[in-house]
Amino acid sequence: MIQVLAFYLFATLAILSAVLVIMSRNPVHSVLWLILAFFNAAGLMVLAGAEFIAMLLVIVYVGAVAVLFLFVVMMLDIDFAELRAGFVRNFPLGMLIALVLLAELVFGIGAWRAGSIDLAPAGATEAAPMAASNIAAIGQVLYGKYLFLFESAGIILLVAMVGAIVLTHRDRKDTRPQNISKQNRRRPQDATVNMRPEIGEGVQL
Amino acid sequence: MIGLEHYIVVGTVLFVLGVLGIFLNRKNVIVILMAIELILLAVNINLVAFSSFLHDLTGQIFAMFVLTVAAGEAAIGLAILVIYFRGRGTIAVDSVDRLKG
Repeated sequence: MIQVLAFYLFATLAILSAVLVIMSRNPVHSVLWLILAFFNAAGLMVLAGAEFIAMLLVIVYVGAVAVLFLFVVMMLDIDFAELRAGFVRNFPLGMLIALVLLAELVFGIGAWRAGSIDLAPAGATEAAPMAASNIAAIGQVLYGKYLFLFESAGIILLVAMVGAIVLTHRDRKDTRPQNISKQNRRRPQDATVNMRPEIGEGVQL
Repeated sequence: MIGLEHYIVVGTVLFVLGVLGIFLNRKNVIVILMAIELILLAVNINLVAFSSFLHDLTGQIFAMFVLTVAAGEAAIGLAILVIYFRGRGTIAVDSVDRLKG
């Protein structure tokens, strides 16, 4: 009984906050509603027995992605009222397409419920085993069968990081940073001169 | 009792809301990126629900990869947004016509 209650609570809150993400006037509020949606989706995943993915969702999305969004929204000085100009005009078309999509997907779910199409003979693929604890089982599969996929995920993240830095990096002309190679190239004979000036005469530099 | 269908319906509704968000906020790239995050969240809910239904961990592994791609996409998208704003002073999608494509 409590599972049913928790499911409906999480599902309702997730959908409600998703509605508010796309409807709210201020993008800062949108980000905050997005965080709530992710928390509730994490709750749904805990209910389904995927604790590790749920915690990952909270850490990665709320801790990194949502904060990144919040940072960018607050850093850029944008007139958001102007950006909402086409909202009412786009509403009918958007609703129409959303309803068509929803009808198609619900139809698909209903058809699947009537009996799924058997595309493969039973036991054709070997299911990854569920161990005692979710995290231990995921670790065994991730570092075994899917090791190369896991490493390529790491490479994707590295490329994304380097790309983001390269894109946003700029050379500032108004600062005078230390140029180490120039300092190392400098020789004493270029920089210093030995002089023996007469008394009472200055030095010509 | 809660079954697989409930989870799929939640995923479906979140997906459709993401698509609707792209249509409604056609000028605001930030909200479009957030709508894409909602779509990827719907995909993750579906993957986890089927993983739990079929007693097969592969779905959860792939949910993790979707999460990776979503994080990379958000980082690159926001970086492009920042340099675009630096050059133009606005983030309206309509005015992205510099390449005249």
